[in-house]
Amino acid sequence: MATVRTEKLPVETSEDVVRVRQAVRAWAVELGFSLVEQTKVVTAASELARNTVVHGGGGTCELESLQADNRRGLRLTFVDHGPGIADIEQAMRDGFTSGNGLGLGLGGARRLSNEFDIRSQPGAGTLVQIVRWK
Amino acid sequence: MERIPILKMGPFLLVSIQVDMHDRLALTLQDDLTSRIVADRARGVLIDISSLEVVDSFIGRMLGNIAGMSRVLDAETVVVGMRPAVAITLVELGMSLSGVRTALNVERAMDMLQASVATSIAAPVSEAVNGHRPD
Repeated sequence: MATVRTEKLPVETSEDVVRVRQAVRAWAVELGFSLVEQTKVVTAASELARNTVVHGGGGTCELESLQADNRRGLRLTFVDHGPGIADIEQAMRDGFTSGNGLGLGLGGARRLSNEFDIRSQPGAGTLVQIVRWK
Repeated sequence: MERIPILKMGPFLLVSIQVDMHDRLALTLQDDLTSRIVADRARGVLIDISSLEVVDSFIGRMLGNIAGMSRVLDAETVVVGMRPAVAITLVELGMSLSGVRTALNVERAMDMLQASVATSIAAPVSEAVNGHRPD
């Protein structure tokens, strides 16, 4: 699997969340994703970017276009240096929220992605990585 | 401050969301609409989301909140024009927007709002009749 192109965006404010959505949309279009695939990956990115701002106190989003065998994909990596997550299993569960949201962010982003990875430790920030293949 | 315009048409308020909203803008719209329902004594709210390419859990929650608040304030909300890709994604995300009335186009939404106003005008009469029953 080869990484064709990368770009890193700041995710500090709710305006940045919009910019992440727009960048992810542009990349998904360029990769030839269908409209439904575009919408799914942009929505997943929106949830994760909001988590980065609201729970992580800001961070970054790295976009990578991937080429593997005969397929192309988009990998998104959200990193923050916030308080981290003590119980990842609990945080993944629908309806669990530490803020005032619906608690659909992480679980929803996982359902909208083909691959999902989360790494976090209390005090050490959080990394969430998703891949959507075309 | 950036705002989504709210138009008054008879007893209804019309909103067409034409921009990719950040979260604060969505919250401002929610607050503005709630105030306008009271100030304009509106009986219905029509929200056109046909331009929205993404409805995530935050926007979905905002639509649910507006529907809930307007109901408490005696106004109906109808959300119009959701794109098919958005509908597919919302359900997969885990949001079914239960409690939010939806219509495929503005014409149908106006019919729904007009029908709800007509029935709510009729309703108090029957309540009054019931209230005067001796038993």
